[in-house]
Amino acid sequence: MEKVLMKGNEALAEAAIRAGCKCFFGYPITPQSELPAYLAREMPKRGGVFLQAESEVAAINMVYGAAGAGVRVMTSSSSPGISLKQEGISYLCGAELPCVIVNIMRGGPGLGDIQPAQSDYFQATRGGGHGDYRTIVLAPSSVQELVDLVYDAFDLADMYRNPVLILGDGILGQMMEPVVFKERPARQLPPKDWATTGKMGRQKTNVINSLYLDPVKLEEHNLKLFKKYQEIEAKEQRYEILNGDDAEYFVVAYGICARIAHAAVEMAREDGIKVGLIRPITLWPYPKKAFEEVLPKAKAFLTVELSLGQMVEDVKLSVEGRAPVYFYGRTGGMVPTAEEIFEEIKKMRGLS
Amino acid sequence: MKVVFERPKSLQPTKTHYCPGCGHGVIHRLVAEVMDELGIQDKTIGVAPVGCAVLAYNYFDCDMQQAAHGRAPAVATGIKRALPDRVVFTYQGDGDLAAIGTAEIVHAAARGENITVIFVNNAIYGMTGGQMAPTTLVGQKTETSPYGRDPQMAGYPIRVCEMLATLDGPSFLARAELTDVKNINKAKSYIKKAFEMQLSGKGFSLVEILSPCPTNWGMKPKDAVDWVKNEMVKVFPPGVFKEPKEG
Repeated sequence: MEKVLMKGNEALAEAAIRAGCKCFFGYPITPQSELPAYLAREMPKRGGVFLQAESEVAAINMVYGAAGAGVRVMTSSSSPGISLKQEGISYLCGAELPCVIVNIMRGGPGLGDIQPAQSDYFQATRGGGHGDYRTIVLAPSSVQELVDLVYDAFDLADMYRNPVLILGDGILGQMMEPVVFKERPARQLPPKDWATTGKMGRQKTNVINSLYLDPVKLEEHNLKLFKKYQEIEAKEQRYEILNGDDAEYFVVAYGICARIAHAAVEMAREDGIKVGLIRPITLWPYPKKAFEEVLPKAKAFLTVELSLGQMVEDVKLSVEGRAPVYFYGRTGGMVPTAEEIFEEIKKMRGLS
Repeated sequence: MKVVFERPKSLQPTKTHYCPGCGHGVIHRLVAEVMDELGIQDKTIGVAPVGCAVLAYNYFDCDMQQAAHGRAPAVATGIKRALPDRVVFTYQGDGDLAAIGTAEIVHAAARGENITVIFVNNAIYGMTGGQMAPTTLVGQKTETSPYGRDPQMAGYPIRVCEMLATLDGPSFLARAELTDVKNINKAKSYIKKAFEMQLSGKGFSLVEILSPCPTNWGMKPKDAVDWVKNEMVKVFPPGVFKEPKEG
């Protein structure tokens, strides 16, 4: 298998084509611009569709149409653009349409800046639009993992008929790393017999819809969705625990922040502190199982984020008061150094 | 006995929720008749709007998607790009198409997106109970223009066909009035032409139909038809605004 050096955004685009993505609809925004540029160049050559929409709103609704027509479809954007897509994401969840949505996060709120951030965690994991719904959220921490998770994202979307968000950040999108595009056996996925392809001889019409005027029917529909979400929570939690075997303290971090936190953990280890790292890979469902695994021996947790504290709420919900949970974060596009996090690890040990 | 009138195959055998005297039922029928005549029912996907026609997916006997408010042209774009050999149409009202969905309709038209748009203009928001629409006439009283639409406060009605006719993308743009047999037949001929444009790959086509809304206009059905004929056509002149040159 050949190793190639690629930018995160371009590797993501290439992985999407290889995963069978037939349509891409997007709108320009920094820092994800290389992704649509790559697809604009490659999609026409490889039998796919690239279309630059007039707005983020239009792009996500084009995704709705193509997903409803039964093809694999993706859109990508960055924080302010993802805010604009929330209406469409709510409709996609209501109508149970599979698609992949990429958010290469930048600093906010408002126009913010174009530097890396993780401040869209609430929006991604709580559902940024209206209604009772969930989206699966995947958080890669390297370009290789970004590539691998793109295949998983399309499969999970089709398996559960649900949008899947890939939550990256400006660093991951922009940095170059060696990557291998592994051949993967096709997964057994349910047939898309619900897709609006035209009846084409079918007796019954297929309808893609999220309207249930009768509250009895809407409650039934929401309960059906909820059951699906429970199944996802039971089956799809993913995480990695590093330096965990003898650890008494744990740093919790995801995405690019986990890479920096890991360097800090290594520094602390050299200093004799028994600290490990929990790296959530799925942000929804949140990997509560990781905490159950380490809680018998964990004295304290330190959550590190590129925000002023969003994932830390899920850490607290997972720990449920069984150990202290501390927080350290930088915001607005500022990124902590490993030394900064090391200092926080020392503080955690001193406090608990 | 010889059958002289029957339900088009492309309409579901069901009652609609439309008010007495409303134009939607007639327009649904015209679209369904055209689908039957062109033999495209089996390969057609329709997109329903938000507004009075939101339940159109229960009435047309073809695959349907229900779109967010104003986004039908974007949804239709997604379907058509995914399945370019199918026939895709949107069915939208004036609030949906000319207010909240202005960007989507203008850009679908500018791209020459190979879809057909059925645009029902009744100068008012029907489903929400009669608010001022982007096509409400100057002086027209609605729930949200109780003293009549005042241009100083609320501007002027938008002429969608004329606006889109400035673009190079559309292949066919026409406006008809749902007032009498002659004009209803004309509306149908425009709808047929619009679908034919799509079938021959000529790009974006739109038919605007001036349609009565007796309930929200506070009129009897016949008076509502007369109001279309006497008032609406003055602001929205019927006719063909764009079609391919012969030869």
